Amino acid sequence: MKIMKKTVLAAAMSLAAATGAQAAGVSDDVVKIGVLADMGGVYADICGPGCVTAVEMAVEDFGGTVLGKPIEIVSADDQNKPDVGSAKVRQWIEDEKVDAVNGLVASSVTGAVTKVLTDAKKIALISTSASHAFTTKACSPYNVHWTYNVAALANGTVKPMVDAGKKKWFFITADYAFGHALEGIASKVIETSGGEVVGAVRAPLGTTDFSSYVLQAQASGADVVGLANAGADFVNALKTSAEFGLTETADVAGLLVFTHNAKALDPAIAAGMKATTGFYWDMDDQTREWSARFKERHGSIPAMGQAGAYSMTMHYLNAIKAAGTDDADAVMKQMKQTKPNDFFARNAYLRNDGRMVHDMLLVSIKDAASRKSDDDIYNIEATIPGDVAFNPMLPACDFK
Amino acid sequence: MATIFGINLFALSGQLLVGLINGSFYALLSLGLAIIFGLLKIINFAQGAMYMLGAFFAWMALNYMGINYWAALIVVPIAIGIIAILIERFLVRPIANEDHLYSLLLTFGIALVLQGMFTHIYGSSGLPYQIPAELKGGTKLPFMYLPNYRAWIIVSSLIVCGSTWWVIEKTKLGAYLRAGTENPQLMQGFGINVPLITTLTFGFGVALAGFAGVLAAPVYSVSPEMGSNILIVVFAIVVIGGMGSIGGAILTGLLMGVVEGLTKFFYPEASTTVIFLFMVIVLLIKPAGLFGKEA
Repeated sequence: MKIMKKTVLAAAMSLAAATGAQAAGVSDDVVKIGVLADMGGVYADICGPGCVTAVEMAVEDFGGTVLGKPIEIVSADDQNKPDVGSAKVRQWIEDEKVDAVNGLVASSVTGAVTKVLTDAKKIALISTSASHAFTTKACSPYNVHWTYNVAALANGTVKPMVDAGKKKWFFITADYAFGHALEGIASKVIETSGGEVVGAVRAPLGTTDFSSYVLQAQASGADVVGLANAGADFVNALKTSAEFGLTETADVAGLLVFTHNAKALDPAIAAGMKATTGFYWDMDDQTREWSARFKERHGSIPAMGQAGAYSMTMHYLNAIKAAGTDDADAVMKQMKQTKPNDFFARNAYLRNDGRMVHDMLLVSIKDAASRKSDDDIYNIEATIPGDVAFNPMLPACDFK
Repeated sequence: MATIFGINLFALSGQLLVGLINGSFYALLSLGLAIIFGLLKIINFAQGAMYMLGAFFAWMALNYMGINYWAALIVVPIAIGIIAILIERFLVRPIANEDHLYSLLLTFGIALVLQGMFTHIYGSSGLPYQIPAELKGGTKLPFMYLPNYRAWIIVSSLIVCGSTWWVIEKTKLGAYLRAGTENPQLMQGFGINVPLITTLTFGFGVALAGFAGVLAAPVYSVSPEMGSNILIVVFAIVVIGGMGSIGGAILTGLLMGVVEGLTKFFYPEASTTVIFLFMVIVLLIKPAGLFGKEA
């Protein structure tokens, strides 16, 4: 009996030693990715449950395990509230051993969450936020900002228009951090390109009636009215502009347009409008193949942040595999050393500040006659090389 | 362009007109609420959801059944009225004798369920609905470009609001209605079917929201959030006008549209709060509201 006990004990100890040896590679014997996004509110369509689907697809395509350990996904709704988001992430880190947080939509939530993640030395995989703060004034060695940012939008959409002679600009801006950032950076681009900002009006988030703002834009005599807003605000502002004849006397430029919003617009109003995007499903065979798989599972074509969430997860898992550990510092180093290359990331690399630089697309919205299906929304006008689209890295954010 | 004190006059006068347009929307929505509260003493928090439902029904009617805008303008309010009658009969009536708070909570729950359901099915980005071909384009006024569809909003909502006011305040039917809510037992003694009148009134009040929803579909994006966004503002308008005052709801609706429009012109950041500021001031000076009767 005694011998039996000893044998069992020895066996147990050797087993523990074996798993212990592997635990040096993957902490807690599991790689866990949290997906945090607005699951049911105004931004639910652009990331939300679709980002969860995209991350699940990445994990499945990767094989479900890394370094012999399972990869798990947890997800939660941040309700677009910074306090809800950061509380959830804190709980994930403490109780659920989450290694990285993917998704991240509203810039306000992302700002709060990245602070929590940086303190805990965990990686933020930012797929849908627009603010450029995460790689500038709020930069961190643990931030990865993948799909796009306001600088790329302004450089992509605004600069070519100013260069083409559209010098006088007026802004209808969403009155919160994101809108201000977008207006600010676009104004800078306009002024450095030789244009002029003749006025701006700040509309509260969630405004349904933009007629007053459109009248003011009209009275300003601007060549271009820039819409520094997103989602339903963008859709309503553009519809009202068309109704009041603004689209006939001036160009209306959408600075942040998601495919789902472009789909919600009457082509008669939106046709010809230019926008910058990090991804379009119908670009080539590679994007079409992935998007078809995504649509089959999710029911609609992928938004850019959803494609970004997949690409970023793949790059993260590949880095764990190559580094032989899920330790955040080692993984970040590996991610920055290897160039991502997939259907989403073209001519891409991850800078030391966490900014993923890749080709952006300048697109225009198709008119009704040239659409082959409901999902056929954009003409791709030009590819904007990453180094032109994104602003240079700040020396203070050069985390090697 | 003509300016006075640096203010662009064209933009300002345009603004007044735009305020009136939005005001007619507010008038239509607050009228429904005022009828339901004034005559039935039910605080209907589902009114915004019914407005949303109106817009969605218009979209569905067009896309699934090929029913165009003009037909939807009649069919959809009727459909919404029928839904409201069912809600009144099976959900509201059982708690009709309880505190007002219960009907408020019940209707709020209904609103949340509807909104959640539509977000689940149609997503949150909104759906496109075109302005009917007959009303596309606009008229060039000396001071602004007036889209034909917006002019139609003013005209149609004024007609609907005006005739509703006339029926309730000036006709025999309206007199029965008012009497039935003052003293139901007495009216029943006269052989008038009070529960039926109650149900029909609730149905009509809600149908007004459905009508507003159809009117809104071409100008705003048809989205699950649209009802909750506007509901609080409309409640504030009903309070400012005087809870239950039919004429008050209509006039305050128009007035608040103009106030909000002017705020958007002079200090846009305050445009979402100005109505509530107005409400606070009115309540302090005249607790029963601008047109309400002192209890």
